[in-house]
Amino acid sequence: MSASAQAIGVAESAKHGSLKRSRRWALIWSYVFLVMFAVFFLMPPIYMLIMGLKGSGEIAAMTNPWWVFHPTLENFKALLTSTQYLTFFRNSAVIAVAVVIVTMLIAVPAAFSLGRMRFWGSTTLATGVFLTYLIPDSLLFIPLFKIMAWVHETTGIALLNHWWALIIIYPTLTVPFCTWIMIGYFQSIPKELDEAALIDGAGYIQMLTKIFLPVAMPGMIAATIFAFTVSWSEFLYPMAFTVSADQLVLPVGIVTTLIKGDVYNWGQIMAACLLGAAPPLVIYAFLMDYYIAGLTAGATKG
Amino acid sequence: MAQVTLNKLVKHYDETPAVRGIDLDIADKEFVVLVGPSGCGKSTTLRMIAGLEDITGGEVLIAGEVVNDVPPKDRDIAMVFQNYALYPHMSVYENMSFGLRLKKTPKDDIERRVQNAAQILDISELLDRKPKQLSGGQRQRVAMGRAIVRDPKVFLFDEPLSNLDAKLRVQMRTEIKKVHQKVRTTTVYVTHDQVEAMTLADRVVVMNGGNIEQVGTPHDLYHTPQTKFVAGFIGSPAMNFLPCALEEAAGALRVRLSDELSFPVPQERTARYRPHVGRGKLLFGLRPEHIMEQRPHLEPNQTPFEVELEVTEPMGMETLVYFLVRGTEVCGRVSPNAGAQDGARMKLVADLNNVHLIDDESGKVL
Repeated sequence: MSASAQAIGVAESAKHGSLKRSRRWALIWSYVFLVMFAVFFLMPPIYMLIMGLKGSGEIAAMTNPWWVFHPTLENFKALLTSTQYLTFFRNSAVIAVAVVIVTMLIAVPAAFSLGRMRFWGSTTLATGVFLTYLIPDSLLFIPLFKIMAWVHETTGIALLNHWWALIIIYPTLTVPFCTWIMIGYFQSIPKELDEAALIDGAGYIQMLTKIFLPVAMPGMIAATIFAFTVSWSEFLYPMAFTVSADQLVLPVGIVTTLIKGDVYNWGQIMAACLLGAAPPLVIYAFLMDYYIAGLTAGATKG
Repeated sequence: MAQVTLNKLVKHYDETPAVRGIDLDIADKEFVVLVGPSGCGKSTTLRMIAGLEDITGGEVLIAGEVVNDVPPKDRDIAMVFQNYALYPHMSVYENMSFGLRLKKTPKDDIERRVQNAAQILDISELLDRKPKQLSGGQRQRVAMGRAIVRDPKVFLFDEPLSNLDAKLRVQMRTEIKKVHQKVRTTTVYVTHDQVEAMTLADRVVVMNGGNIEQVGTPHDLYHTPQTKFVAGFIGSPAMNFLPCALEEAAGALRVRLSDELSFPVPQERTARYRPHVGRGKLLFGLRPEHIMEQRPHLEPNQTPFEVELEVTEPMGMETLVYFLVRGTEVCGRVSPNAGAQDGARMKLVADLNNVHLIDDESGKVL
C-alpha cells in the first residue's frame, strides 16, 4: 500500500517536474523570438532618430551610422519652423480626423443594417462590401481621377489639387473594411440582446445607440484605428490628386519637398518621418489601453 | 393582468410547419408551462406571443385584443431569456430600469419599482454590479427583475433555467414559483424539462410536432394522460409500454403480456375496455412506481408476479429494478430493503389501478 502510494508520488513529481521544465523552455523560446521581432521592428525608428539627431556635416562624413557624436536638434527645429512642414502636418491631421468621422458615420449604420437587420440580399451585400475592399488603390486611382475631373466639368467644383477632396476619396478605402469589422462585431452580439431591447420598448435607433454601440466599443476602436492609420499613411492618392505644395499631406510632402533633384536632405527627412509617426503612435497607445479595458471590463468576479 | 388566447395559431418557416394550428386559453394570473421535446414548437409559440416571430396564420389575443400586428414593445409583455440577455455594459440597476427609462417614467417611480423588484428577488446588494460580475443564478434573478419592474400584463419565460447547474436549477425553480405567488402576473413558461413543468405549472401544455397533445393540471397529466406521448413524456423514469392482448374469460377481462404473464383488468374498467377484446396493436402502460416489491397486504387490483431481474439501480431512497418481458425492458421501483439483486428472481406486485391501455395505431389512451 505505502509502496504503491510512494510510486504514485514519485510519478507525480516527475510529471510535475517535466511540466515545469517544458514551460520554462516555452518561455525561453518566446523571449528569444520576441526579442528578435522587437529588434527587427524597432531598427527603422531608432535609425530615424539617430539620423534625425545628426547634423548634415556628420551625415556627409559617413561616421558610424548607429552612433551620434555631435547630437543636434537643428533638423527638428528647421522642420517645426518651416510653414510647409506644419501645413503638411495640419492637412494630414484634419484629413485623418475627418475621414475617421465620415467612415464611422457610414460604416456603423451600414454594418448594423447588414449584420443585424435581416433583409433580402443582406448577405450578398455584405460580401459585396468586403469584395470592394479587395480592389487595390493602384487600380482605382485613375478611374477616381477621371471621376473627379468629370465632377469638375459638370458641377464646377474643383476636387483635384485640393487637400480636402481627400476626405471624400479616402473613405473608399476605409469604409468597406470598417463596415466588415463592424458587421463581425455586431453579429457576435447574441440576438436575444436586441429581442430584449425590442421588448423593453427600444426602436432600431435606440437599439443601435444604447445597446449595440457600447457593446461593440472594441470593434469601433479597432475600426477607428484602422481608418486613422490608412488616411494618415496613404501615399498613392494624395500623390496623384494633389500637386501644389500647400495642398500636400505628410507622406507626399516629405518626399517632394525634402528631396530636391538628387539632393537628399537625410537629416530632415528622418526627423520629419519620426515626427510624422508620432500621432498614430499616441492614438494607438491611448486607444489600445481603452480597447483592452473594454474587452475585459468586469471579467473578474467582484 | 390579462388572459392570453391562441386561436388556430400557425407558424411556417418557409415551407416547414413549426406550429400547426393550436388553440389555447390562458386565464388571468395563471402559470402555464409549455413543455415538449426540442422542435415541438413551444419556443416558437412563445415567441409569437412575444411578437418576436411573425404569425403565419391564426390569432394571438392578449387581454382580449388581437395583437398579431402589434409590435413587441406595445404588447405590454416582459420576457426572460435562456441566456439572460442582460445588457453587458449596464449595471444591474440600469438593466432593470432600461425599459422604464425608454418610456420616460419619472425617476422616483423608477427608483421605487427597481428597489421593490430587487427586494422581491433579493438582489438589492447587486444593483451597482455589472452582469459579468454576477453568477449564473444572480444573472437570472436580474433578468427576472427586469421583467418585474415593468409590471407587464404577461410574463414570458423561454427556458430560463437551462443554463444553470442542476442544484441551482432546483433552487431557482422554487424562486420563480415564489415570485409568481407574490406578483401574480399571467405567465407563459417554456421548458423541455417535465419536472420543471410539473412543479411550476397551474396547467401544463404538452406539445409535440407543432401540435398540442394535452392541456391539464400536473395531476391530470400524470394520472390520466390522453395520448401515448404524454404518458411517456411525463414521469421519470418513463412509463413502461408493453405490447399486450385483451382476453375475456368468464365475464372478466385479462391483459396478456406473455404466455406466462397476464393481469386481471380492474372491475370498474371492464366496460371501458370490453370493445377492444381480441384486437391487435394494443399497448399496456404502467409506471415504474406502480411495479413494487411483494408485500403482505395487497390492495384491490394489485397483482403479484415473479420475474428474473436483469439489473438493479440503488438510488438510496428506492431501488430501480429492470427485467425483460418478451424482450422488452421493464422498470420497477422497489424499496431499498426489498433485497433486489442483479440476476436474482424477485416477487413483484403490479398495481393495476394505474394501468393504461393504449391504441398503438392512433396513440390514444383508451
